[in-house]
This record gives sequence, C-alpha cells and structure tokens, in this order.
Amino acid sequence: MLNEIIIAISIVGGLGLLFAAVIAVAYKKLKVYEDPCIDEVEEMLPHANCGACGQPGCRAFAEAVVNGGMAPSKCTVSSAEGVARIAAFLGVDAGSEEKRVARLLCAGGKREAHNLAEYRGTLRTCRGESVVTGGPKACSWGCIGLGDCADACDFDAIVMNDDGLPVVIPEKCVACNDCVVACPKGLFELYPVSHKLIVQCKSLLEGDLALNKCSVACTACGRCAADAAPGLIEIKNNLAVINYDLNHLATIDATLRCPTDAIVWVEEAQFAKIQGTWLPTGRVERYGFKENF
Amino acid sequence: MHSQTNGIGPLQTFRHGVHPEEFKELSCNSRIERMPFVEEYILPLGQHIGAPSKPVVKEGQRVRRGEVIAQPGGFVSVALHSPVDGTVVAIDLFDQPNGQMAPGIKIKTDPFSTQKLTVSLPTPPENLTTREFISAVQTAGLVGMGGAAFPAHVKFSIPEGKSCKYLMMNGCECEPFLTCDHRVMVEYAEDLIDGCEILQRFVPAEKVYIAVEANKPDAILILREAAKKSQLDIKVVGLEVKYPQGAEKMMISAILGEEVPAGKLPLDVGTMVSNVGTIVAMSQYFRKGLPLVERVVTVSGTAVKRPANVLVPIGTPMRQVVDYCGGLTHATPRMLLGGPMMGAVQKNLDVPVVKGTSGILLLTDHEVTDIATFNCIRCGRCLDACPLFLNPARMGALARKGLWEEMEDYNVLDCFECGSCSFVCPSGIPLVQSFRVGKAMIRERKAREKGESK
Repeated sequence: MLNEIIIAISIVGGLGLLFAAVIAVAYKKLKVYEDPCIDEVEEMLPHANCGACGQPGCRAFAEAVVNGGMAPSKCTVSSAEGVARIAAFLGVDAGSEEKRVARLLCAGGKREAHNLAEYRGTLRTCRGESVVTGGPKACSWGCIGLGDCADACDFDAIVMNDDGLPVVIPEKCVACNDCVVACPKGLFELYPVSHKLIVQCKSLLEGDLALNKCSVACTACGRCAADAAPGLIEIKNNLAVINYDLNHLATIDATLRCPTDAIVWVEEAQFAKIQGTWLPTGRVERYGFKENF
Repeated sequence: MHSQTNGIGPLQTFRHGVHPEEFKELSCNSRIERMPFVEEYILPLGQHIGAPSKPVVKEGQRVRRGEVIAQPGGFVSVALHSPVDGTVVAIDLFDQPNGQMAPGIKIKTDPFSTQKLTVSLPTPPENLTTREFISAVQTAGLVGMGGAAFPAHVKFSIPEGKSCKYLMMNGCECEPFLTCDHRVMVEYAEDLIDGCEILQRFVPAEKVYIAVEANKPDAILILREAAKKSQLDIKVVGLEVKYPQGAEKMMISAILGEEVPAGKLPLDVGTMVSNVGTIVAMSQYFRKGLPLVERVVTVSGTAVKRPANVLVPIGTPMRQVVDYCGGLTHATPRMLLGGPMMGAVQKNLDVPVVKGTSGILLLTDHEVTDIATFNCIRCGRCLDACPLFLNPARMGALARKGLWEEMEDYNVLDCFECGSCSFVCPSGIPLVQSFRVGKAMIRERKAREKGESK
C-alpha cells in the first residue's frame, strides 16, 4: 500500500522536475527581450485604442514611440501634460502636432434642406436610410441628420443640434477618423484647427438648381473666389474649393459676400449658433431593440 | 392557382423560399401598349453596371432615333442610343433612379418627326464571328433587363478554360405585381426563340432551357408551341411558384439540381442565365436593327388608375409614364422601381426610365403598413426562408451591434438581398435592410484598405 503511494509520488514528482527543467532551458534559450519602457509608456497612454495616431492601438503606438518611430504628441487623445510626461520619461522631444478637428462639409439641416419623402422603414440610421434611394433629402450629397456620427464617436465629441446637424466639439474631438468612416455621405473631413475658412457644401449643382434643394448650398457664384487672395479659392465642378496650401492668406473677407453662407469662417465649433441639442439613443435602440442581445 | 398548372407537367423548384401574394392579375392580361413620344428624354450615362458611357454628341446637335449618342467607356460598359429624333439640349447632372445625381444627356423631341427607325441593319448573325458578335451586342447597348442591368456582352463572352453546357432563359418573374416578362414571352415568343438560336450559335450549349413559373401557363404553352418549329432542342420548363425562383442561382438549382458555389458564377457550373427580355431585344437588334432604345415596363399597384404593360422609350420621365396609365388615385403612394420584394423605393417621380427598370409600382398607404420591431424570438423562420441557407437571425444580431467584420464571417456578402428573411420575420426585424448596410460597410472598408496599400 505504502509502496504504491511512494511509486505514484515519485512518478508525478519526477515528471514535474523534468518539465521544470524543460521550461528552465526554454526560458533561457527562447527568451525575447522586450523593452520594459513599452509597458510603462502604454500605461501612460489613455487606452482609447482609437487609432487616431495611425497605429492599430495604444500598444502598437507605445512600441513606435519607444523605438523612436513616432513622436509622443501623435497621440491626440492624451492631454498636453500626458504627452509631456511620456516625453520626459523617454527623454525625447514631445514633438508638435497641430490639433485636428472633424468638420462637417454640409450645413443643410432640417430647416435649410427639405426632404422629398418620408422614411417609414424600421432602420432609422443614416446608413439604413441612405441605402434606400440615397436618403429622403432632396440633395443627394447632404447630411441625413440621424446621428450615425454621434453614435460612432467614442469621445462624446459630437452632439446633434435641433436642426438635425452634428456639432463637433473641438475640445473633445481627437480626430480619430471614426465619424469620417461612419458617415454614409462622406461629409466629414479632418482639418487642422488653423483651417478656419471652410466650404460647408458638397453639392455639384449650380445656381438655382442647387438653391432649389438647399438654402445654404454653394451656388458656384464665384464671389468668394473674387474676394479672397488670388489662387486661394477656385470654383471646380460648381463648388468653391479652397487650396489649403495657401491657408496663411485666408481671411474672413471671402465669406462676407457669400449669398448663401456656404463658405464660413469657423473659430470654434460649427453650427454653434444653433441652440438645443439631442443625442441619438444609441445603435441598439435605434435598430429597434430595447434589450441587449 | 394549382388548377392552372394542369398540362404543364411536373414542376421543379429549389429549397427554401417564400410565397408572397402575387397581385399579377392587375396587369397580366393587358397587352403591351406603345407609349406615345413625350417632349423630353433624359438618358443617364451610367444605366448599367460598370464604367459609364462616354457621350459622343454635343449640345445643340440633332440626333436620329437609334443613333449612338454615347460610346462604351470600357469593356464592362455599353453604348447608349437616342430614343427619338430630336436635339441634344443638355449634357449635365440629372436625378437618377438610385437617388444620386449623375451625368446624363437630355434630348428634346422633334415634334414634326415620324420617329421612323432609319438606322441600317447590322450584319446578320449568320455571318459574324464570336468576337464580332460580342462587339455587336455591346454596340446595341444590350444589358440584362431583369433589373441588375449587367452588360449582356460581358455575360455572353466566355472566359478561357470555361465552357457553357446549358443556356437558360429566365422567364420566372417571381416578383409580385410584375408582368412585363410574362407579356414579352406571350407576345414575342418567336423573337425569343430566334434570340435563343442566335445566342446558341456563339455560345454552343448542349441544351437550351426557358424557365417559366407555373403561374404563367399561357406563356408556357405558347413558348412550347413556338419551340417546336425551332431546330434547336429548346425545353420550356415549368417551375413551382415560389419567391425568389427568378434568382439565377435558385433557377439553376431548380432545373439542374446543382448548386452554384458561394462566390462563383453560373458559368462555373457550365450554365449561362439570361433574362427573356434581353434575348428578345437582341433578336430585334439583329433582325430589325432596333438597338436598346425602349423596353417593356409594368406599371401596376393599387395607386395607379389603369395598371398596364407599357413599351416605354428609355429616358421617359416616370411621371409621364404614370400619367399615361391614368395617373395616381391616391395622394401619398409609395413608389417602387421593380417588384415589392427587391425593388428600390423612389422619392422622386421626376427620374427617367432606365434600361434596368422592369416595373413602376405605386402602392397606397393601405398596403404599406408601418411595422413595429420587436426582439428576435428565435423562431428560425428566416433560416427556413433563406434560399442561400445563410443565418439571417445571427447576422441581424451582429448588424445591430455594428459588428460588420463578423457578419462577413457569416457570408453576408453572398446575400443577394431577396428579402425573404424580412418578409417572414414575425418580429418585424429589418434583416435584409441591415445586411445591405453591412455589405456597404464591408465594401467601403475593403476599398479603403485597397487605397491605403497602394
């Protein structure tokens, strides 16, 4: 009896020692050195995994920063102190990155751009309505106004105003590109905050044809191009296009004679004048479901 | 309905599918009428799948009926012809049936013209090589007239290493309300058989099938009579009345009992499927010189005064087609292009009839009821309905979470949006609608990744 117990213990114990030896050898032979700084830097990052830096996630960004491939300031979610802390920890230059903000290139809310039809289906999202004849709006380029962008924003930087347009709050926006991807009409663009002169229209129609669809459409009248510095604004395809390489020449003068306010000078948030905000109720509920699956 | 199937023989079908109410009696007995010419025509340059056509006319130029006004913009593209004698007044952006604005040519009709076709006859198909035949079909502007508007010559050209054993003419017309293919088969039976013979000359298939659903017994009998005169072995098969019987993959599995693998084309199982309207149009091009400048459109639904099958010149504004059929009876109808199952909802009557318009459907509020959405009760009816044996319930759950990538793992890209799942769902869940969103998201991501890797 005792003998059997001893045999069992020695077999199991012996196997344990053998595997321990294998692991010990493997630990020495197969060891991969990883810079401990990467873990430290990753701890200091905001863990948003938003992709605004261009890397697939915070871990990959930390590796890139430690290896010197990227400047800490590429993380637009971190506060200035956070970036400075990482820079001080690694002893590198924090770098300077101009803050970028998502801008909506459409100003046609409910009051400005009328609907041709009423959507009566059950998929009340911008994406859902846009697959049905391009959405109910008369303008086929314009904002549908159901807040897919506000849903997609992980930073609560987008709220919908009572005109049915998304207002991007510049302080909260980290330029992560999520709204750009979410918008079925492709109306968002990430502009550096110094790009204050913005054409808030994508309609390729001219004159009254554009105005019939939306009261704030660019009619391609060319007044902004005439008033701005030479070469700054050009009318292409019935739309005023700003050459941002000459952005230092941009002034508010270009917007003054615009008959429809399609070109604007944005200091802070777009559409900030309009009061009253609402938030979409979240994807799960807007797809018609009350409970989580 | 079953008593009518007498004399057709045994009916074949595919597995799964649904049985929507048919509503075909509204227009299935009215003869095809030619619509009078109207004042203006708008011809979008991108009426087909593929590259848009390139205009070869200038503003102010006079054009004859049947004259080429735009050349193909690539191989997957077709020519465009003027539907009337008249003057080109504008080449500009116009509202399209898909809700977008895209370039098109506007032609003002010459009110004093007889509109007699003056173009010369093309070389008869008996004297053509396969290559010449393909380019003749492209010049004729022929596209698949079942609704997708895929250029016919691309379909007819068989790639190296593949062969076509079976030719199938699709006359199923499984969508409720639509009767245009039905009337074409009844009234142009000889042209259809002639088109089969022309196509068989260049696509040497062993067997030619004409597939017709059993709710069109008159078409089956007329076609069988006409096929007897042909030296070809043309078999007119009756198929069970079931939706989506007219989808090419479903039709192949019904006739051959063979499944087209996911992501493959019918040609991979040695089959070529074509809509009957396309084949009739091809015959008319070779025999009468008439390029694709007009098509049969079913105008139906309870909101139109006089449901009819109308031969409409391509480019006619839909408002005028509806007016020709007596106008609207109801103030706020819902308008669909195509059938009620897969048709595209329209927000605007001021769009032109294009090559892919098979029907204009006007429904009253009485038929269009707003449905409330409830939670999935796991009844599994969508799984029993899906003709491709996908899992709509699971994909719907993923869609409302926005998990598009996982939807791709469940083969959402194979879904051809027949809508059977949404049709049977007792909880009113927008299944097919969210798959369309999911497919758009996946396609956009792929395009983005392709752009980045360049």
